[in-house]
Amino acid sequence: MSQAPTATPPLETTLVIQPGHTYASVTDKISDVVLTRRFGIHWLAAVSLAGMMVGLLGLGVTYLFARGVGIWGVDIPVAWGFAIVNFVWWIGIGHAGTFISAMLLLMRQDWRTSINRFAEAMTLFAVACAGMFPLLHLGRPWKFYYLFPYPNTMYLWPQFRSALIWDVFAVSTYFTVSLIFWYIGLVPDFATLRDQAKNKLVARIYGVFSLGWRGAATHWRRYQSAYLLLGGLAAPLVVSVHSVVSMDFAEAQLPGWHTTIFPPYFVAGAIFSGFAMVLSLAIPMRVFFRLQDMITIRHIDNCAKLLLVTGLIVAYGYSLEAFMSWYSGDIHDMYMSTNRAFGPYAWSYWLIIFCNVITPQFLWFRQIRQNVPLMFLISLIIQIGMWGERFVIVITSLHRDFMPSSWGMYHPTSWDWLILMGTIGFFLFCFLLFCRFIPVISISEMRELVHSTGHGEHPPDTFEPAFAD
Amino acid sequence: MKKSTVIHGMLAEFDSEDQVLEAAHRVHEAGYVQVEAYSPMPIHGLSEALGQQKTKVPVATFWCGLLGATLGFGVPWYANVISYRWNIGGRPPNSWPAFIPITFEMMVLGASFGAVLGMLGMNGLPQPYHPVFNAPQFVRASKDRFFICIEAKDPKYDTAQTRQFLEELKPLSIAEVPE
Repeated sequence: MSQAPTATPPLETTLVIQPGHTYASVTDKISDVVLTRRFGIHWLAAVSLAGMMVGLLGLGVTYLFARGVGIWGVDIPVAWGFAIVNFVWWIGIGHAGTFISAMLLLMRQDWRTSINRFAEAMTLFAVACAGMFPLLHLGRPWKFYYLFPYPNTMYLWPQFRSALIWDVFAVSTYFTVSLIFWYIGLVPDFATLRDQAKNKLVARIYGVFSLGWRGAATHWRRYQSAYLLLGGLAAPLVVSVHSVVSMDFAEAQLPGWHTTIFPPYFVAGAIFSGFAMVLSLAIPMRVFFRLQDMITIRHIDNCAKLLLVTGLIVAYGYSLEAFMSWYSGDIHDMYMSTNRAFGPYAWSYWLIIFCNVITPQFLWFRQIRQNVPLMFLISLIIQIGMWGERFVIVITSLHRDFMPSSWGMYHPTSWDWLILMGTIGFFLFCFLLFCRFIPVISISEMRELVHSTGHGEHPPDTFEPAFAD
Repeated sequence: MKKSTVIHGMLAEFDSEDQVLEAAHRVHEAGYVQVEAYSPMPIHGLSEALGQQKTKVPVATFWCGLLGATLGFGVPWYANVISYRWNIGGRPPNSWPAFIPITFEMMVLGASFGAVLGMLGMNGLPQPYHPVFNAPQFVRASKDRFFICIEAKDPKYDTAQTRQFLEELKPLSIAEVPE
């Protein structure tokens, strides 16, 4: 890869699907992963390990319910500890899935086709992990239904003017819409699996989920209409969810939280961490299921470019936060910035500068963007960095506020770490089961891609000519 | 599959989307109205070629979205203006900007259900049984083959003539599908 930047890169890196594929070959290749492939020892080992981590999550949650949130490191002044850090981190990761499936659908980006299915699945599992934390963080989690406006004998309503209650609506809507978007995309593929399955019972099960889909032209027409409408509805939803999450913070008067840049900065950060997770999942998956001809170097390259763009927005957010606290002239706000960079939690601040500001700068270089192992490493660094960012926002803002007499330190306990690790296990466990039982790439959309790239009606889709002239 | 003498229609199998599109135009021109085409992925213009109606999914989406938005604004409004009117720091009871995020979320939720349930409802799904599955070659309709079915309830349907007409379209196979 030592050519000049203007030289045409090797064919492999420019295509969203390798040439030579037909309707039958994409169908067989993707459905065989689910129907005929032997998963063997590697998958079993991975799923057992993830299952054990889910067991640890169960243990942690049981002990939490028995003893209360006192088993965590939360205390006054830091009453929002790991639970909220993890909540924001997970929900941010979820954003890439909807971004790929909705925004890129509306912008007619054909490279989304082979990554949208698993990215949507990733969204669902990440939002499920996120949704646990506010509930676990409630002092009395069995009263969670107080959050909903139901008619009750206490004659009470939720506080509709609070961002916290907006969050309940935003996150539950987000999960529901993502779930139906994902499921509707799956219906034609379940029909394919129903017809391809050799085993009668398997065919019957996929048949139930396929809802009797038979690919009638009338049905496809309504289907496409509904799918496009869902995309149009989900696109503003992506922006709204993390904006509302950021308002949970921005609505408070605490230095470090009370800023107007939070909504766009949170949304960019969410897509940043989400695309990092897409890469962390796609890179092992394409090797393990030998899908390199469908999840190509171009996909990795494009994700890396999005990482670079959103990473720059995040860097802008960091610098503007620091600038505004100086420019405000407010003693508490200025102290907050100094304390972040040089206080007792300075290590976390410089960690996020390294992970989220310096690391993405390597993505300016094509050689790095197209180096698969290096991209895997960078994606992991960014995820650690984005977890760190939420740690900085939550902990360093809370631990020293206006009154020095009420300052304190936050010490996470082993239960905090156990539950964080438990949700990572839960996420991986769900994802491994998904790979085993559901086609990881949308088969019907791949057929459309074969149609549009392989029949000479459109030139093969490459991304070079745009730069060549 | 039990043997039945009632016929659902005549099913022709094609190899490519161009052929099925061409065939759909011919079938429509010949005056057949009770016709359905089947394909493994959406084909632009196929439904139009058969003269099918425009989809009403957007209408369902709109009304369900409006219902969601009404509820999303109406419930906070009712709670704060009528049910539990309470002066907190002089804020007006109907502090509508604070209700907008929930209104928006409920609009999206309502419209999404409208789009999906509307699409499934108009398509008559879930439908566990359909006669077209009786044709053994139809198993490839979800993989790489394209089908046109002229249904027996069509006024122009005639076993011999319809078969002869379909043969002119050069399909891979023709079969009569039992109900």
